[in-house]
Amino acid sequence: MEALEIARWQFGITTVYHFVMVPLTIGLGLVVATLQTRWHRTGKAEYLRMTKFWGKLFLINFIMGVATGLVQEFQFGMAWSEYSRFVGDVFGAPLAMEALLAFFVESTFLGLWIFGWGRLPRLVHLLCLWAAVGASVFSAYFILVANSWMQHPVGVELVDGRPVMVDAWAVFTNNTALVAFPHTVFGALAVAGAFLLGISWFHLWKRRRDGLDTMGPDGAVVGGGRGARDTADHSVWLRSARIGAVVAMIAFAGTSITGDLQGKLMFDQQPMKMAAAEAACHDGTGFSILSVGDLGSGNCDDITAVIEVPGVLSFLANGDFTTEVKGVDTLLPEYQEKYGTHLPDDPMYGERAGMAIDYVPVMEVTYWGFRLMIGFGAVAAAAAGAALWVRRKGTVPESRWLMRLAVLGIGAPFAANAAGWIFTEMGRRPFVVAPTPDPAGVDGVFMFTAAAVSPGVSLAELMTSLVLLTAVYAVLLVVEVRLLVTYVRGGVASAMPELAGAGDHASDGGKDDGDVLAFAY
Amino acid sequence: MTDMLPTLWFVLIAVLWAGYLFLEGFDLGVGMLMKLMARDDTQRRVLLNTVGPVWDGNEVWLITAVGATFAAFPLWYASLLSALYLPFLLVLLGLIFRAVAFEWRGKRDSARWRGRWDWAIALGSFTAAAGIGAALALTTTGLPLDAAGNRVGGAFAWVTLPALLGAAAVVLFSLVHAAAFVALKTEGTVRVQADRLVRRLLPVALLPFLGWALLVQTRSGAPVTWLLVVVAVAAFACAHRFAVAGRDGRSFAALGGGMLALVASIFGAVFPVVLPSTLDAAYDLTVQNASSSPYTLGLMSIVACFGVPLVLAYQAWTYWVFRRRVSEASIPPAHAVTAL
Ligand code: HDD
Ligand code: HEM
Ligand code: HEM
Repeated sequence: MEALEIARWQFGITTVYHFVMVPLTIGLGLVVATLQTRWHRTGKAEYLRMTKFWGKLFLINFIMGVATGLVQEFQFGMAWSEYSRFVGDVFGAPLAMEALLAFFVESTFLGLWIFGWGRLPRLVHLLCLWAAVGASVFSAYFILVANSWMQHPVGVELVDGRPVMVDAWAVFTNNTALVAFPHTVFGALAVAGAFLLGISWFHLWKRRRDGLDTMGPDGAVVGGGRGARDTADHSVWLRSARIGAVVAMIAFAGTSITGDLQGKLMFDQQPMKMAAAEAACHDGTGFSILSVGDLGSGNCDDITAVIEVPGVLSFLANGDFTTEVKGVDTLLPEYQEKYGTHLPDDPMYGERAGMAIDYVPVMEVTYWGFRLMIGFGAVAAAAAGAALWVRRKGTVPESRWLMRLAVLGIGAPFAANAAGWIFTEMGRRPFVVAPTPDPAGVDGVFMFTAAAVSPGVSLAELMTSLVLLTAVYAVLLVVEVRLLVTYVRGGVASAMPELAGAGDHASDGGKDDGDVLAFAY
Repeated sequence: MTDMLPTLWFVLIAVLWAGYLFLEGFDLGVGMLMKLMARDDTQRRVLLNTVGPVWDGNEVWLITAVGATFAAFPLWYASLLSALYLPFLLVLLGLIFRAVAFEWRGKRDSARWRGRWDWAIALGSFTAAAGIGAALALTTTGLPLDAAGNRVGGAFAWVTLPALLGAAAVVLFSLVHAAAFVALKTEGTVRVQADRLVRRLLPVALLPFLGWALLVQTRSGAPVTWLLVVVAVAAFACAHRFAVAGRDGRSFAALGGGMLALVASIFGAVFPVVLPSTLDAAYDLTVQNASSSPYTLGLMSIVACFGVPLVLAYQAWTYWVFRRRVSEASIPPAHAVTAL
């Protein structure tokens, strides 16, 4: 193993992990803020219950997003110092702005929201949540500007071999970022939708099993129950399930539209990634639904497209059905001519200096990453549509099997997100900053990943951090999931002590009247 | 004008670090006090709730300091973080555990569960304070860097006296600062304990910090920066007198003010060097040779011009909203989740 490989594994593991929490934070945050707004407008108890319940899960997850995000901020300097030196002039700016303009707002106002129940005036309290949630969306924009610059460098000039920012507007309105941003936000909403749907389904099912809700003679549900699990709870789950399903479907539509735009940009900006996404060796117009053969062999003759829809690839790439999309065989010589066949004999490449450059990304990953993203997203959306139909009578079927499927379905959009990122990031190989052949980008600004890693850091150090971080992440993931499960199973009362106890603060969310804090750690 | 920008950003980054040490200083210290001072669970919860609404906001000062260093001085960011790979790894692990522990500690009603997270908070806070202290001390006293800014001498080349001094400085400062903060923010037994702790710790706890400042001064001090050290010592003396007199607010302010003066004296003395090389002064990273282009710095200056005052305003507002003292009586009973 080389330091470079370890550094890449570490970056991959830590970011994919960060991005398990991130979409849930963004998506659920938007949902919770909307719910609290509904409560503010209507004053209905069920909206308060929804706000509290989903808000609790939101917080348990949020903190993991913070904890894992910290690592990201330091990682560029620690493990990728050459990269940081090379891109610092452009890349650091959005990162610093993210911290200054988004993270400060996010963390400060979330603290106000968590501890402000009953202490702040209601409207102010609601606005604090919106500020925090708005800031997390805003933070996504900044980081995607940074990431998009690596995919498509713009707004810079090369000075002494280093890109220097000359046009901030171009960097912050990079077309790659402008479509990646809505795509990512819709991807986050897909996660929130499935999350709401799966959990609500579980509770509706449980209420039926426990005999709280029964079916009337007309086939519609009769909500029941007393105490913490009263009729208001029934409408909590029913409404949540509907919101979840609708959000999931809208989110998929959104990702499809923006994803289509991304495909067109990718065709211009990173043609090799496009070819690798298709495992397409030869130029063509067809979108492969199933290709077999040894995708990883890098040898085009081993791959056969078994099912192929003609024209679709051209549509994805160019908006018509006839443009030939270049395959690997055509692109390879073009890349070799432009960027060389071998890494330069420069000490910055370490042991790799002078080695042949492999321009073709790992096709198993790009091909399947692309299909899994779309596939998981589509499955989740279809399931949401079906669920909406099934629960129209006011509850869900008694089938335990269906319930399990709904809960399992929560994983699908998470998987779609991870697949999307892995595809995007690994499809950029062998570049960490991808060169751009299209006229809107700046030519000649690129960096091979092999040159990006920290030269002074030893293999042992990287190994240590990889092992420690992965182990800690694994343990914390288990704890987080368990906590989430406990709070989910506890239902609304788990987030509203006042419901479980004798107190009757249910209508105003607990008051901070006496000396006792309404909320305390 | 444009050649002043790197200097401006040096000042701004020093301000961010000072702000970080001031704000997260007390919540790191509160974390350590969880094990060093609190006697039972209610007292621990009192401590936690003094920083509950604000600790995450305080931590963003660190993220911003690091992010701003990346944007304004990429070479400084790259050299410092890669040279101090292991210390920063420890800082990160400490901060990870601390963050999740704050949020998750009360989420299950079990003494064992809470006990574990208490250790996570205390040790996480300690590790983070020590690591940050070491890193800051080293960036002001130097690391063995070659001409390209890469560390030579292996993974532990940073284990030096200044590193230990810096670690001790920040850990001990955080402890007194936290005790002073807790005295200011609580009522009842906890306040009495904290008051006593401030009086006892103050005279000794600031010695390593002073030592670090003097180390830097003897190398490159100027009259102004020496003066700042004197100001700091005077402020610490006042802090002690106020503490003895039971004036919590003033004692806290004097203590924090003294620390700010020390940080100013340290950064002031090393200027214009941001990271000296102990191998050859020609390899020093300076405000000039490590900075971003004037264009980037100008852009960032405009953003900071709006951003920083805004942050100060709403963070101040948070402290105002949660200004009430916390006492054992104000802690609600633990909430147990029972599965349906
Ligand atoms: C599209 C969204 C997105 C992406 C691609 C990333 N993040 Fe992130 N990050 C967020 C969206 C986000 C967020 C939604 O704003 C988080 C998640 C949970 C949270 O607290 O804020 C967050 C938290 C978070 C934090 C903690 C903030 C705090 O203390 O409040 C840091 C330092 C980072 N991130 C840094 C990064 C870096 C350096 C990334 C690049 C590798 C990165 N994130 C990828
Ligand atoms: C938006 C901010 C992001 C930035 C700035 C960023 C930057 C980077 C960098 C510098 C590398 C290492 C160099 C390389 O291997 O090419 C990398 C690799 C990687 N990233 Fe990202 N990344 C971001 C977001 C993400 C997210 C959110 C994910 C996943 C959920 C992700 C997944 C990966 C993976 C899997 C790799 C390893 C690829 C490989 O080595 O082949 N990235 N990224
Ligand atoms: C719920 C469904 C989906 C989710 C969660 C999802 C998620 C993601 C994520 C997280 C990324 C990487 C970040 C980025 O570059 O924005 C990505 C990239 C991408 N997605 Fe999706 N996606 C979904 C559906 C789709 C669909 C339906 C399409 C196509 C019509 C699509 C096309 C793309 C393309 C082309 C990229 C790569 C952009 C590039 O590397 O230049 N996505 N997706």
